[in-house]
This record gives sequence, C-alpha cells and structure tokens, in this order.
Amino acid sequence: MSKTIMTVDDSSSVRQMVSFTLKDAGYEVIEATDGQDALNRLKGSVDMIITDLNMPNVDGIELIRKIRSSTGYKFIPIVMLTTESQDEKKQEGKKAGASGWIVKPFKPPQILSVVQKLLK
Amino acid sequence: MSRKDQMQQAFLEEAGDLLPELESALLELDERPEDSELINRVFRALHTIKGSGSMFGFEAVAEFTHTVETVFDQVRNGEVPVSKELLDLTFRAKDEIQALLAEPGGQASEAMAAIAAELRQMIPAAEASPSSGHSGRQASQGSGDENVYRIRFKPDTNILATGTNPLALLDELRELGRAHVIAHAEDIPNLQELDPEQCHYWWDVILTTDQGKNSIRDVFIFVEDDSELSIELLEEGVAGGDGSEGYKRLGEILTERGDVDPQELQAALDSQKRLGELLVQAGLVSETQVRSALAEQEAVREVREKRSVDPAESSVRVPAAKLDDLVNLVGELVIAQARLSQTVGGLADQELRGIAEEIERLSDELRDSTLGIRMLPIGSSFGKFRRVVRDLSRQKQKDIELITEGADTELDKTVIERLNDPLVHLLRNSIDHGIESPEERAAQGKPEQGRIVFSARHSGGNVLITISDDGRGIDPETIRSKAIEKELLSPEADPSEKELINYIFEPGFSTSKEISDISGRGVGMDVVKQNISALRGSVEVESEKGSGSSVKVTLPLTLAIIEGLQVRVDEEHYIIPLPAVNECIELNGQEAGTHGGRLVRLRDQLVPYIKLRDWFCLEGEKPEIEQVVIVSVEDKLVGLVVDEVIGQQQTVIKNLGRVYKDVRGVSGATIKGDGSIALILDVDPLVREVSAHEAAVSSTAKTAQRAETV
Repeated sequence: MSKTIMTVDDSSSVRQMVSFTLKDAGYEVIEATDGQDALNRLKGSVDMIITDLNMPNVDGIELIRKIRSSTGYKFIPIVMLTTESQDEKKQEGKKAGASGWIVKPFKPPQILSVVQKLLK
Repeated sequence: MSRKDQMQQAFLEEAGDLLPELESALLELDERPEDSELINRVFRALHTIKGSGSMFGFEAVAEFTHTVETVFDQVRNGEVPVSKELLDLTFRAKDEIQALLAEPGGQASEAMAAIAAELRQMIPAAEASPSSGHSGRQASQGSGDENVYRIRFKPDTNILATGTNPLALLDELRELGRAHVIAHAEDIPNLQELDPEQCHYWWDVILTTDQGKNSIRDVFIFVEDDSELSIELLEEGVAGGDGSEGYKRLGEILTERGDVDPQELQAALDSQKRLGELLVQAGLVSETQVRSALAEQEAVREVREKRSVDPAESSVRVPAAKLDDLVNLVGELVIAQARLSQTVGGLADQELRGIAEEIERLSDELRDSTLGIRMLPIGSSFGKFRRVVRDLSRQKQKDIELITEGADTELDKTVIERLNDPLVHLLRNSIDHGIESPEERAAQGKPEQGRIVFSARHSGGNVLITISDDGRGIDPETIRSKAIEKELLSPEADPSEKELINYIFEPGFSTSKEISDISGRGVGMDVVKQNISALRGSVEVESEKGSGSSVKVTLPLTLAIIEGLQVRVDEEHYIIPLPAVNECIELNGQEAGTHGGRLVRLRDQLVPYIKLRDWFCLEGEKPEIEQVVIVSVEDKLVGLVVDEVIGQQQTVIKNLGRVYKDVRGVSGATIKGDGSIALILDVDPLVREVSAHEAAVSSTAKTAQRAETV
C-alpha cells in the first residue's frame, strides 16, 4: 500500500508543488493549510508530515510539539521547511522534535530524497 | 498547459492574494507600529513570496524580496524599529514586486536596487549578506577505490522522539558498501529504569565503501548535531602497504579509540591469554568493544588481501560469509530434496522416481563438495601452538619439545576456529601441570627435555585430536581427595581410576595446588569440555602416574549437516546422530522387565535402556512391540526405546536458540521433508542425565518400587 504524506503550508503554490511531486512518486498526499488544519485532518494512516514553519493560527513549531506529545503519531517522521536565514527556527524545530528539514527554495528531487530517507 | 506553467500560474494567483494582504498589513502597521501580530503578517507574506517565487522560476522577485524579508525578520526580533522610513520603503518594494510579477521574465529595475540598498542600511552589519540559496552538501563521487571507515554513532537517547529510526540510518550505510555493524548494548539500563521510548544502543560500523566521507556524513545529516558521531578513514584503497604486513593490533585500535588506557593495556599484555579475552575479563573494555575492534581488523585485512590477490593465481579468495550462505542454501536444498523423495516415494511413477533419485545423488554431491570447500587443514593452527609452547616453557623454565602430527587433517573452518581456545588451554595444562622441571625429570631418570605430542587424524566420520605429554601424569588419589573435599564424590564410592581422572572436567575442579597465571585461572577443564561439547565433540583423559597423560578430543567433521537416524515416539520425531548408533533390536512387551529392571538382552549381554516415551513425558498408547536403538556412550551400550525406527536421513542442523541452550540431551532441531520439526538427540548428555536422575530416584525409593515402574 502506498504511504500517506501530509503537506502543511499556508502557501497554496508550495503545497501544490510538494503534492504534485509526491503524487508523481506514488505517495498519497493530504494537504493542510496551517497547523490547526493539519491537526484537524490528522487521522487514519499518515506516515509522514512535511510542514512549513511560518503559518497563521498554529505554526509549524507548535504543530510539531503537539504531534510529538500526542499518542497516535508520536514517532512518525516530520520534516520542516526552513530558509537559510532561519537557523534559530531550525534549532527550535529540532528541539520540538522535527526529524529533518528541507531548506527553501528547494526542487522536487530534494523533497523526494528526504522523503525516501526518512520514510523507510 | 505544462505542469511547470500550471505551478507558475498557481504562484501568480497566490501572489495576487498576498500582495494586497501585505499592503493592508502595512497600512495597519502604520497606525499600530508595536503590534507584533501585524509584523508577523507582513513577514509571512514576504516569506511566502520569496520562498515560492524562487521555486517557480521568479528568481529576481525572490532575491529582491529576500532583502525586505531580512529587515522584517530583524523587526520581528526587536532589533530594528518600525519606522516611517521603513514602511515607505516597504510600500515601494511591494509596488515593484507587483510590477515585476506582471511582466514574465522581468529583470530587477534600478529602482529596486535602490530600495534594496536603502533597506540593507537598516540591517545590522552581520545580516546584510544576501542568501546563498544553496543547501545540502556536495556528495563526493565514488572514486572506484574502496576505503575502510570506522564510524561510531551514538544517537541522542531521545532520537526516537524525533521520528528518526536509527536502524534506517544503519541500513543507509549498508547501501553505501559492505558494513560490519556492531551494536553496543552496554549503556542499556536495567529493566526497571528502562524507558522503552529511549534509545540506549550505540553502534560501531566498519564500512568498506568506494564513497567519500561526505556521503557517509550525509546519512547522518539530520541527526549529527544531537548525536556523537565520528567518521574516520582507516585505510585508503589506492596507496598504502601491501597485504603482507598486518594491520594494527587489537590493543592499538582500542587505545586509539580511547576505549582503554595505554597503561591498563600494558598491564594486561603482560599475561599470556588472548588480549581481547583478557581485557574483557579485567573489565577494562566490554566484549562488544573488542568484537568491534576485531571487525575493523578484519575489514582492513580484507581490503588489503583483495589488493594483493594475483589474478593469475589458481585459487580464489572468497569471504567466509559467502560460504556460510552457500552452506545454508545447500541445507535448504537437502531439506527440499528429502521432501521430494518422500513425496515421490508414495507414487507409482517410475520416471519421476528416476528423476528424484538423480536429484538426490546430485544434492548429495553438492553437499559434500560445498562442505569440502569449508575444510581447512588443522596445521594452520600449529604455528600458534608452537608459539604457546615456546613462550610458556621459557617462562616456566622448562625444556619442552612439541611434536605435531597430521597437520593436513581437515576440519570445518568453524570447528577449527572454535577449537583454538580449548586446545591452547589443554597445551597450557600439559606445560604447567604435566611436564616437570628439568631437575625433577633428571632425578626420575627421564630425559631433561619434556615432550608434548599433538596429533590429529581422521577416524570414521570424526577427527581425533590427541595431546599427550610425558610428564608426571595425574594422581588418582589427589583427584579422589579433591573430589571428596568438593563433595563431588562420596567417601564410600569406589570409582575406577579412569572415572576418577575424568573428575577434572567437573566445574570448579582444579588440582593445581597453587594458582599460576597460566592455567588454574578458574577457567578450567570444565570450560574446555563445554566448548568441545558445543562443537558436538567429546573429550576424555587417560593418564598414568609418573609417565604422562593424554587428552583425546573427538570431533565431528562438520557442524552443518549430519547423518541421522530418524525415530518416532508417539507423534514426535527425533533424530539420533548415526555415528552413535550401533544397531536396532525389538523389545517385546512380554520380555520387558524380565531381567530385573530396565534391561534388554542383546545376544549374550544385558543392555540397560531408556524409554524416550517416559523421559519426554509423551502420552499415548505404546505399541505392542517397541524398537530399541542401541547406542554406544563412552564405550558402554545403552538402548533408547522408541515406537518406530523410520530410517536414515540427512539432517541439516538448526540451532534451537539461546533460550534452549540449557536443555540437556537435545543438541538442535531439524526440518523434516514434510516441513515439521524433529529434535536432534545429544546422546551422551541424555544418557548421563537419565542415569543421574535414576540414581537420585533409587537412593530414595525402594528397589521394588523401581521394578514396578519398569
């Protein structure tokens, strides 16, 4: 069965790009527009989450923290999207429990290599 | 519309929403410059335009927006105030972005450059440099030459809480090349203190790969900051010495890694056992650490050997692991073939039967030649033995000559490897306890030079190894008093001399009066016996006081496949190793018990028997006529009573696993032709176990009662 990945981003274009890339590679994709939306949609089989950090309502860091303290999805890989200028954010995200990161701007092959690395 | 156009279109639509949002947030910020939520809104809008812009080919937009975003990042952090000037610049920047997006492929205008320059003035110095927009490391290309790396990976105990599976990382390493992974379990706390969501394992990996160090580092890219990670290049594929010179010694590797102190090492080196064992015993390093260092030695040696192989040579070097795989496969084949024969045997099809027989013949040959590949001459160990004798005799100031015979006797590689320690121990015993000092020998009229003969030869399906010396021998009386003192023997008992001597194999039995640093370390003959039994061999001692002793070790040729006799008791099947079996006779229901106990008549003698049905507590009705398999145990005959003798069978030995390692009388299991399992009986311990049990029962119960149970 194909694995399900949730992409969380308030930018529809980024969501679309991540989603297209992953679907082309044979993954199921769930899209969420921000952290709160992600938490609402988080049910059933979700194998991995790719989330932006800067988002309204519940931001990426908060989302990671909430997932890590939940029971169902505690150990799934979570990848955060960061930018070069956001090293502090990256550290904060790691502390919250992110499994890895992708530095923006990124190209589709980069997403796939990180997904394949973490989703074994 | 291509997918790229589709994505660009999506971005333009999104930007069309974001820019008005940016404008309204800026307008509100003009009124409430302290509102942090407003600052965040501005930042997020800029951030998205920048991030998405560069992904969808709007490089100019992205680069320009980056500068604006950087300023607002500082604003967010409270380092740059929200000033009228800043807002003006940002409004203008927003207009420029809008204009730039409207014209496809547009380049940055002069106005934009000016705005960017002014904005940069506002940023504290260090932050001003533009983003490089580059991520990830350059993976170095495989050079084609293989290098050996030592990788020590000690993840943070909370690694699992970050959704990272450390085993997946190890798998990734395996994808890079040949990896030997040693898991360290030393840090795992006791069960009570163990938090199952934490990872206490750490790993040493010896990796032979043609990839560069960066490719290895990339595997750990997400965890390296929080883990202890070291990657060291041990051996380069190109330059360096040839295979003849050895790699670093175990001690050097351990000190280099900081696992052991040089002084501690030196102290340990002064004694004579194998270094690894010694260090473990002394508690300086753990067994895992030693194993890991040995793996490193092995990997480097392999690479060096590979380099030094002459392609024109008539022999081929193959890693032992490949041979093991092959032996496993042949084992599976033998099982499948047995199944085929069994199935075909029930059919009338002559042609099919012919084919099955052909396959049986081929698989037998394949098995023999495969096991033959693993055979090594025992002479390969002789050099080591000479060294032991030379060093120890010098240390003990004794004059000893070692004579070796049968160097070309072949044994399974695994047997030879695992035999090394027990044999060295036996040699040490001879040197330490057996051979007397030259003065003593001269006084007894013996030649001053002592002599140890080490011989190996084939004997049936077994290999017989004898270590004999012309020393003082073993005094049965010393053994007797010692055995009584240790409460192994009751003072009234009257065992034969031979039985007495074999008490030296009892745990904790050491006749040496003083404990020397060579033998008498507490690891005594019982360990030797255990090791040899583990190889399904046996050991016995003969000795004559004053003229020397001789230790005889009997070993099977191979550990993987044996000939066995399959028998059935009730629904259970058992395999009795064929070399132990003498013959099979019938046990008639009426005749049983007529000889005053569990005895059966075999021609002109009475043979005691064991009922497997009773011993293994099997229920069910026994047949009218039972079968007795007569086996020889230590020169005595014993009968094993079973329901049915099925026949001779190739038996592929499978280990029962550690849980069953203390079960006596069963040495393993095998998979039968029909897929079910049969236990392999270990005849010697089984008989001993039963007779010990009987002895215990008979000492408490009356003889009459025992007769009844028969």
